[in-house]
Amino acid sequence: MRGVERPLSAVPAGVLYLLAAAVAAQLAWSIAQRPPAPAAADLPPAPSANVLRLAGFGETAALARLAMVWLQAFDSRGDNEIPYQRLDYGRLIAWLQAILATDPRSEYPLFAASRVYGENPDPAKMRQIFDFIFNEFSADPNRRWPALAHAALLAKHRLNDLPLALRYAAAIQHQATGASVPLWARQMEIFILEDMNELQAAKVMLGGLLAAGRIRDPEERRFLQRRLDDIERRLANPAKDQSR
Amino acid sequence: MMRSRRFPCLTVARYTLVEALRSGLPWLAAAAIIAVLALSGFLAQVAITEAGALRVSVAGALLRVVAIFMICTHTVASIARETNDKGLELVLALPISRSTQYLGKLFGFACTGAFLATLFALPLLIWAKPADLAAWWISLAAETALIAAGAQFFASVLAQPAAAIGATAGLYLLGRSISAIQAIAGSPLAGDSTLNEAARWSVDALAVLLPRLDSVTSGDWLLYGAPGAGELARMLLGLALYVALLAAAGLFDFNRRNF
Repeated sequence: MRGVERPLSAVPAGVLYLLAAAVAAQLAWSIAQRPPAPAAADLPPAPSANVLRLAGFGETAALARLAMVWLQAFDSRGDNEIPYQRLDYGRLIAWLQAILATDPRSEYPLFAASRVYGENPDPAKMRQIFDFIFNEFSADPNRRWPALAHAALLAKHRLNDLPLALRYAAAIQHQATGASVPLWARQMEIFILEDMNELQAAKVMLGGLLAAGRIRDPEERRFLQRRLDDIERRLANPAKDQSR
Repeated sequence: MMRSRRFPCLTVARYTLVEALRSGLPWLAAAAIIAVLALSGFLAQVAITEAGALRVSVAGALLRVVAIFMICTHTVASIARETNDKGLELVLALPISRSTQYLGKLFGFACTGAFLATLFALPLLIWAKPADLAAWWISLAAETALIAAGAQFFASVLAQPAAAIGATAGLYLLGRSISAIQAIAGSPLAGDSTLNEAARWSVDALAVLLPRLDSVTSGDWLLYGAPGAGELARMLLGLALYVALLAAAGLFDFNRRNF
């Protein structure tokens, strides 16, 4: 193939300069135009689950997870003091609902709802997302109880709303009756009423989830460990936490 | 030699497969596997949970699309080259029937599709259960056979490669999305006006003419388990019937045409 090509010197110098200039211009333009991570206001209205299914061309499992990765990029920029604080939770919940309806067996939407979006310092937004988790829980209690258990914990320790926490705990106790559900979750009301601080409760819960073999994903384990460290730091330095 | 004389269809199929293997197709497939694994690995790094599920479902979905794209373009390019090089006229001068020639080519393209399906299923063995992957692999091989049949039909009928690729892609995308389109058309929010009724009826009529590609070779199988043998056999039968339909349509056109 090389034998049939003409030597490099056959290319006019002007063409070589043009090629080099075009490559340099393209690189410079791309670097200058590099788009930032999407802001909270960029989150578009959610489509219906049917439209999402149409967009997935039948690959619902892949689409649901890709949509979650895409969704978590909104309002998560490094310059945000608190990520996801400015998101429109009405829109966000509509997205989570549509994604969950696209692949009801995926645990990603409810995991993100409880562990990421549920930890918003705005109590109204927390309640919105907890309502969403509670509403979706009853469709598949034996798979979805960890999200509601975490919501119960946050309702008790962050919202200081013990009746709400007990309502979630009672729902888990009565509906999540599968063999894979650990004993502490099946006795969730007692667990909520125990005189433990948030860190102790979170440690018991995480330990229980690990012992039950529910957390097999290394990314999820790393994420939860980071969250535990955060709680530990926050409880060790409550003054700084309140200033947030 | 004896077998070749008795089954000229197999001889044509063999040379069609040899043509595919000697082209850049295997290298392109290898490059696609590396690119897909890199992309799905990157996405898994970004996920905060279900990273493994994300990796295997995205890799499965992308490899499926790549396999379909490759078999479609290869088939159309092969038919176009044979026509342009006057190879087809040479083959037609040989003592084999037009039907044998057409079906031999189709069988060769189907074997090429099965080869691609095998290459693309192998890396997924790392994450998926072998039984689930086996069902996915068989289904992908059948799906590529259907697309090869469609591409061969459109390449013969339309003559222009771009039009043939477009028509095959349209058939494939409609086959994969028709269930979702039907669900949207049948939604109570769509209304009950005469126009909506007509649209719903048209969508249902279109669905009858299309293969149900949304339910086959699904990435869900790699995560949640493949359907049972009976269900899989029913799906494969549906694909086989559509391959037969496309082959019959292609034979009808090929036998009537003057060269």
